[in-house]
Amino acid sequence: MFAFRRLTVVLAFLIALPGIAPAQEVFSLENGLQVVVIEDHRAPVAVSMIWYRVGGADDPAGQSGIAHYLEHLMFKATETLEAGEFDRIVEANGGQHNAFTSWDYTAYHQRVAADRLEQMLAMEADRMVNLRLDLSDWLPEREVILRERGQTLESNPDRGFGEQMRAALFQNHPYGRPIIGWRHEIEQLTGDIATAFYRVHYAPNNAILVVAGDVDPAEVRAMAERHFGPIPAADTPPRLRPTEPPHYAERRVIMRDARVGQPYVNRLYLAPIRESGNQRQAAAFQVLGAILGGSQTSVLDRRLTYDERLAISVWAGYSGLAVDHGTFTLGIMPVEGVSLQAAEDAMDRVLAEFIETGVDAAQLERVRMQIRAESIYERDDTAARARSIGAVMAVGLTPEDEADWLRTLAEITPDEIVEAARLLDRRASVTGWLMGESQ
Amino acid sequence: MNRLARAATLALSLWALPAGAIEITEVTSPMGHTGWLVHEPSIPFASIEVVFTGGASLDTPMQSGAVSLMTSLLTEGAGDYDAQGFASALESLAGSVGFDARRDSVTMTIRALSENRDQVVDLALTALTEPHFDQISLERVRAQTVASLQRAARNPDTLAQRAFSQAGHAGHPYALAVGGTPDTVAALTLDAILDAHRAAFSRDLVYFGAAGDITAEEFGALMDRVLADLPTMQRALPDYRTFAAEPGVTVVDFDGPQASVQFGHAGIRWDDPDFMAAFVLNEIFGGGGFGSRLMRELRETRGLTYGVYTGLNSGRFGDSFGGRFSTANASVGEAIALVREQFEWLANGGITQEDLERIQTYLTGAYPLRFDGNEAIAGILASMQFNGFPLNYINVRNDLVRAVTLADIHRVAQRLAQPEALRFVVVGRPEGLE
Repeated sequence: MFAFRRLTVVLAFLIALPGIAPAQEVFSLENGLQVVVIEDHRAPVAVSMIWYRVGGADDPAGQSGIAHYLEHLMFKATETLEAGEFDRIVEANGGQHNAFTSWDYTAYHQRVAADRLEQMLAMEADRMVNLRLDLSDWLPEREVILRERGQTLESNPDRGFGEQMRAALFQNHPYGRPIIGWRHEIEQLTGDIATAFYRVHYAPNNAILVVAGDVDPAEVRAMAERHFGPIPAADTPPRLRPTEPPHYAERRVIMRDARVGQPYVNRLYLAPIRESGNQRQAAAFQVLGAILGGSQTSVLDRRLTYDERLAISVWAGYSGLAVDHGTFTLGIMPVEGVSLQAAEDAMDRVLAEFIETGVDAAQLERVRMQIRAESIYERDDTAARARSIGAVMAVGLTPEDEADWLRTLAEITPDEIVEAARLLDRRASVTGWLMGESQ
Repeated sequence: MNRLARAATLALSLWALPAGAIEITEVTSPMGHTGWLVHEPSIPFASIEVVFTGGASLDTPMQSGAVSLMTSLLTEGAGDYDAQGFASALESLAGSVGFDARRDSVTMTIRALSENRDQVVDLALTALTEPHFDQISLERVRAQTVASLQRAARNPDTLAQRAFSQAGHAGHPYALAVGGTPDTVAALTLDAILDAHRAAFSRDLVYFGAAGDITAEEFGALMDRVLADLPTMQRALPDYRTFAAEPGVTVVDFDGPQASVQFGHAGIRWDDPDFMAAFVLNEIFGGGGFGSRLMRELRETRGLTYGVYTGLNSGRFGDSFGGRFSTANASVGEAIALVREQFEWLANGGITQEDLERIQTYLTGAYPLRFDGNEAIAGILASMQFNGFPLNYINVRNDLVRAVTLADIHRVAQRLAQPEALRFVVVGRPEGLE
C-alpha cells in the first residue's frame, strides 16, 4: 500500500533489454549513507532511488499524513532550486521521476540516460538538507493532498473499507493509521510541521541510495562521495514505535456504502515479519498465501469458486516486508444469493479442512516451479530488483536476506505451510463485511 | 529446409539505443506471414504479442461486452482441458497466456521459458481455437464481470468518462464501454459469445511481435500455427467517426466526496499528417509530466486537484481530444472556467518556443526508456505494425519529434483547440456553475 505524488504512476521504470543477470555492490559512506549499485549494461539508462527510513508509521501523534505531505513538498523550493525546478530539470533531461510513501519508508526515484545520473544525485543530495518551504508552496500543496484523499480514497469504498479494517486491526501500532493521513489531521498540517519532521528524519545516515543500470560502481561511489559525502550525519532518533500488545478479542467491521457494487468479506490477521537472518517462517506464510489463494487452482479458488460455486472470487495473501508487524489476508466475494455469513463460514470451513488434510503435492510442485521461473524472469527487470532491494533494506533487512528469499521460498515444506495456517489466530484478526446500504 | 522461415532482409539497429543493443528483424514465415522480432537469447525466455484488429469496436449495442467476456472465457476450458486443468497445465510450465479485449483490438500475450515454450504455445493455441464456452464457465465468469462492472458503474471517474463518450459518439461503438454494462453482459448468450469469437479472431489484420530467446524460424512457425485455423474477417469494421457533442456542461448527480469532470471535443485522426505536432502539443498542454500547462495552473498554483491530464484519443475508428480531473464540489465552477481559459490560451498561440524545446528534449530523451524488457518490446513491436509504422520508425521517431516547429504547433493548436466547442461532464454535486 502506497500513497503516490501522482496518480498515474508507472513503477516499471528501468530499461531492461535482455542480457546477463545484474551484478550488485553494496557499501557505505562515512556519514552512514548506504549505497547499492546494480549493474545492468544492456541499455544506457540508469535508475536512481533514494529511500528514507521514515514513513507514515513515524508520523507524530495527531499529525498523521506528515511523512506523505513532506514527500510532496520535497518537489518545492530548496536553497538552490526554485519550486518546480526539480521537475523541469528532470524532464528537460528526458527523465522520469516520482516518489512514494509507505508506512515504513519514503522513496524518490528518477530514471534517466546514464550520463545524466550525476545531476540527479546532485539534486537529490541538495534536497536532503536544503529544502525551503514557503507559504505559497505548502498551502496549495495541502489542498492537493486533500483532493488526492478525496479522489483516490474517499471516492472508493474499497479503499475506505481497507482504512477501517487496518484501524481496527492495530490496537496500538501506528500501522493502523492511513499513510495519507486522516482528513481532519491533514487539514492542520503546516510547512513548519513538515520542516520539523524533515530536520529530524532526512539525513544520510537514515537513507539508502540505490543506483541501477548502465553504471560503474566505482564511479557511483565517487559521485555519491562528491554530493552526499559532505552532508554530516544527523542525530536521528531510533525507530521506536508503539507495538501491539497481545490480542484477546477478534474484531468485526461492518461498513455500508451506497457505492458498493458487490458485497464481500475480508479478514486481516496479524502475522510475523521477514526477520533478518530468519525468514523461514515468513516464507512459509508467503507460500501459504499462494497455496490458499494465489491462483485459479489454489485451495480457496478450486473449492469455492469452481466446485461449490459459492464465490465470485476469493483471495489470500501475505505481507511481511515491514519493520514491526506483518499481515495475512483472506477474503471472499460471494455469488448472488449467498449471504456474507454463509460466505465467511465457507471460507473458514475450507481453511479448517486444509489444516486437516494438508498440502496437495502437485500443487506445491506447481508453486515451486513458479518460484524457480521467477529467478529467470526477474533478470529481465532490473528496476524491480532496485525497488526490491531498496524496500528490503529500508525495513532493516540485508542484501543477503534478499538474495536468500527465493531459495527459502522454494525450500518450504508442507508441514511448515500447515503450521503457518495453524498460527492464523482469530483473536488477532479483524473480519470485515463491506456491503451496500440496503444489504 | 526451404519451408522454414527465413529471416527477412530488413534488420535495423535502434540508433536511439546503444549500438548493438537491440535489433528488429522482420520475419517472414513459410506461409508468407510477417512479424517483428528482437532476438536476444541471453535470458532463457521469450515474450510474444499478437494483435487482432477490431476488439470491442466489433460489439453491437445490444451485445456490448461480448468480445470482452469472450476473451475472458478462452482460458476457462479448451481442448482436452477443463478450466482447472488448463490453469494447472500453465502453472506447471510457469508460463503465461493472456487475452485482453481493448477498444480497437484483442491482444494475445504469451510468456514462456525456453525449456518449455512449445508446450505453452500449444496451450495458447488451444485456448484461441478450441475454447469450450460451456454454460457453467459462462455463468461463473459472467458473475465476475458483472461484479466488476457494477463497481465501475459506481465510480465517478468511470461515470464521467462513459457519459462523455455517449455524448460525443452516440450511435457508434465508441459510445459503448469495452466491457459492456451489467445489463448487456447479463443478457449475453452462448451464441453471442461464439459470434464474438468468430468476429474478433480472424486471419486478416493480425500483427505479431516477439522479443527474447526465440529464433526467426521458431517465430515464423508460431505465426503460421496461430493463423492456420482462423477464418477471414467475418464482421465489418465500424466507420470512422469523430467526437461530436453539443458544447456546454452536463451534470450527472452523484453523492461523493468530490466531483469528477471529463472534458473535450473533436480530436485528430491517428493518420493525420499533423498527428505528431498534435502529440507534442498535447504533451505541453496536459500530457503526463508534472510540468504541463494544466498541471501548473490547476494543481501547482491553486491546489484545485490531485491531477489533470489531457490526451489525444485517436483510435482506429474515431477520435476526441480532452481530459479529466477531480476536484471538490465547491471548486468545480472555478476549475471549469480555468480549463476553458487554458483552451483559449492554447488556441491563441500561447505555447512558446521554450515550451516546445523543453518538451522535445523530454520526449526524445524518454523514448528509449520505453523499451524495458521483453514483454514491453514485444508489445511495442506489435502495436507499431498495428499503427502502420515502418520498420525504421524507432530510428526516425525522435527526428520526427525534433522536426516539429512552433509554426506547426500554432497551426495545429488553431485547428485542434476549440474552447467554444468544449463539452464538460460533471459527476457530482458541483457548485459555482452558471
